[in-house]
Amino acid sequence: MFSPLANWKINAMDYSIKIGGQAGQGIQTISSALAKALVRSGCYVFTHQDYMSRIRGGHNFNQIRFSDRPVSSSRSKVDMLVALDQNTVNIHHGDLNAGGLVAYDSGAIGQKLDGPDFLDVPWRQIATDVAGSRLMENAAAAGAVMGMLGMDAGPLTELLSQMFLRKGQEIGDKNVAAARAGHKFAMDNCPTCAYSVPAGKNGPRRMLIEGASAVGLGALMSGCRFYAAYPMTPSTGVLNFMAAKSKQYSLVVEQAEDEIGAINMAIGASYAGVRAMTGTAGGGFALMVEGLSLAGMTETPVVIFIGQRPAPATGLPTRTEQGDLLFLLNASHGEFPRVIMAPGTPEQAFYLTNKAFDLAEKFQVPALILFDTYLTDAEWTVDGLDAARLKYTDYRLRAGDLEGLKQYKRHAFTGTGVTPLAEPGASPHLVVTDSDEHDEEGHIIEDAATRTRMVEKRLLKKLPLLRQEMEPPLFYGPQKAEILLAGWGSTYGVMKEAVDVLRERHNLAMMHWSEIWPFPGTDKVDYPARLRAAGRTLCVENNATSQFAQLLLSQTGYQFTDRVNKYDGRPFLLDELVEKVEALIG
Amino acid sequence: MADPEDFAGQTPAWCPGCGNFNILKAFKAAMIRLELKPDQLVLVSGIGQASKLPHYTAGNIFNGLHGRPLPVATAIRLANHDMRVVAVAGDGDCYGEGGNHFLHAMRRNVNVKLFVHDNQIYGLTKGQASPTSQAGMVTKSQPFGVLLEPLNPIALAVAMDAGFAARAYAGDVQFLTEMMAAAMQHRGFALIDILQPCVTFNRLNTFRWYHERVYRLGPDHDPGDREAAFRLALEQEKIPTGVIYRHKRPLLEDQIPVIAGKEPLVHQPFSPKAVEKELEAFY
Repeated sequence: MFSPLANWKINAMDYSIKIGGQAGQGIQTISSALAKALVRSGCYVFTHQDYMSRIRGGHNFNQIRFSDRPVSSSRSKVDMLVALDQNTVNIHHGDLNAGGLVAYDSGAIGQKLDGPDFLDVPWRQIATDVAGSRLMENAAAAGAVMGMLGMDAGPLTELLSQMFLRKGQEIGDKNVAAARAGHKFAMDNCPTCAYSVPAGKNGPRRMLIEGASAVGLGALMSGCRFYAAYPMTPSTGVLNFMAAKSKQYSLVVEQAEDEIGAINMAIGASYAGVRAMTGTAGGGFALMVEGLSLAGMTETPVVIFIGQRPAPATGLPTRTEQGDLLFLLNASHGEFPRVIMAPGTPEQAFYLTNKAFDLAEKFQVPALILFDTYLTDAEWTVDGLDAARLKYTDYRLRAGDLEGLKQYKRHAFTGTGVTPLAEPGASPHLVVTDSDEHDEEGHIIEDAATRTRMVEKRLLKKLPLLRQEMEPPLFYGPQKAEILLAGWGSTYGVMKEAVDVLRERHNLAMMHWSEIWPFPGTDKVDYPARLRAAGRTLCVENNATSQFAQLLLSQTGYQFTDRVNKYDGRPFLLDELVEKVEALIG
Repeated sequence: MADPEDFAGQTPAWCPGCGNFNILKAFKAAMIRLELKPDQLVLVSGIGQASKLPHYTAGNIFNGLHGRPLPVATAIRLANHDMRVVAVAGDGDCYGEGGNHFLHAMRRNVNVKLFVHDNQIYGLTKGQASPTSQAGMVTKSQPFGVLLEPLNPIALAVAMDAGFAARAYAGDVQFLTEMMAAAMQHRGFALIDILQPCVTFNRLNTFRWYHERVYRLGPDHDPGDREAAFRLALEQEKIPTGVIYRHKRPLLEDQIPVIAGKEPLVHQPFSPKAVEKELEAFY
């Protein structure tokens, strides 16, 4: 079979490093430091994690890909394997590209490994010698990797001193010394190291950010003041981020007794007048569904982060899947409007979290941010996040707005279906709402006429207005593409690069949806026409039943010609997707 | 002076003779006695006959889901600790569907008052056993009688070291009013388990049945004595009413640095600009 990727890296620098070991050995520390040092050295970096649902032991790895042009997915093969244990060698030695090397410490794993592609770096001994402690062995290992790449140690040591600043000057200095010594050892002892990396000392300023932090930043900068959650992978990163920032930015973070409590707390705080959010995974969201319906009925704004992971039930707790799209769309008893955003990158996550907050408040509806484990953890290189692009409007009636108001009815009928939301206690006007069907004042009713008008108010009037707010899918590639790769959410990065690779041989483009519900209209872009104009349309989804393809069919009547699915709990790798697409269209 | 008209509400849809009328009467009397205004209050309720009470008086109202008033009430206090927050629930609502929230509300000790109308039966679904129904009680859904031991909310509250645990009886409006006022004045989470006959479905625990058993605790009981409180909570033949346990514990709101001793969260200023520097950490 033709392999378009075989010579792909000839055009550009494109290296991948896999760092493997047991949970708790410091894979994350080495990986974070290296990835950021590479960004500061001027590279574009993409990382992804693969870890088991355990605290110690097992086998985990992080993969770092870096290049001199933007990268947004992981490769199947790697150019360097950093093995923190023997198991990593056993499992991943075969993943090496020709010319690739395994870096390991014979002292740490207890034996010497023979072969031209092994480099024994005594990082444990180096750390003990120069820093007086084994604790700095990860810094020594990271330094050695920079040395093997032939890169300057400066960006890494600078970063380490910043990272350890809080732990005191001495600890920072020791880590820097260990990294320098590791770097020197590799520079002096690796005649086979033939990596060709421009040794840029000070690259342009770029960010390295993963999805969870992008959502957290987006929420903070949208004025989120209350976050309640029950910990569940992969949403815990957002909870931890919010908790870490709570004191500085006047945010109350409460760990609820369960997800039912969490969503009811977020709704309570929102009713009281602050922007509120909760976060969970698909399984936790199953428990929140009743509360989602409560937000719908009481027209209380709430933002919900949902990280998909392979299910049903507990599934594969730490792995990834796009299996909850139709669940989120249909979750609830009863009918009410909701917003669903499914960002494809940390950058989109930042802006769409803001949009979720804005729409939730503007239309008084629940807004859902649909994520998955892969997008939560994967780090992307971003030129910058522009705070000026964020929208912050306080739509609520505060004390000043309520002054002199003759009467206030929480659910008064209006032309748009949206009734201004008053802050309880800010004036003598009472704010009354009910999960029972209610009248304009918010009191329980049962009569048919009021019921009909209320359904029209909170659902039928708002829906078309909300739909107008939704952006059509993003198009990448030639205007008149014969082949379209289509998808939603976290497959953005890998699809985009697959298009780059395959464009040399095919007239192909990508169509990506990140704003899912209300399903975007066709007035801004007639995307069904574009789909129909293409001969082949391939819907790429990290699930078994092509849920988005089903949604598109129900909304536009368009059926994709082909479906590409992956449901092993792992994300699509670039080489894998390119091969799958090539096999279908080749 | 508070005007009784301030607390007028909609016409109750309860059964004639229901114990809820007395609870409503006591609630209004307590609010008036404390000179509270409806706009200072947030009344949070779940679903059931008890949870309709907020509509029959006046206040800011969040009538939420069955079993869920406590997490809503908790968050309202955290978002605005100037508000007086009262959660109103039934025995099925609070001790059954919302049992987990009940446990954790006692742990949190947020300044929310929980008034539970405990009629030992499910009224709105027409007569099934509730978590507090007596063992052996035969109902439509328990034809062999209730096979579970009843939940003892006061014993549970004492065991959980709840700051304020009282048992009241809907047939004694005056004493109930006093307890409600005391609960409102207690700084912390306060539970009043209000025994209330269900004239339609509970043929066992009638007004007469209660009259024969209920008695008021006198000044000889020290609510600070946890062991004595536990003994009272377990009393079977006679039913003591009054503040059974009281223990001043640190308030949740006083331990969250963002709001402790500060103005309510809802009134704290926000500027997106201030957060911008957080982006720096990712370069």
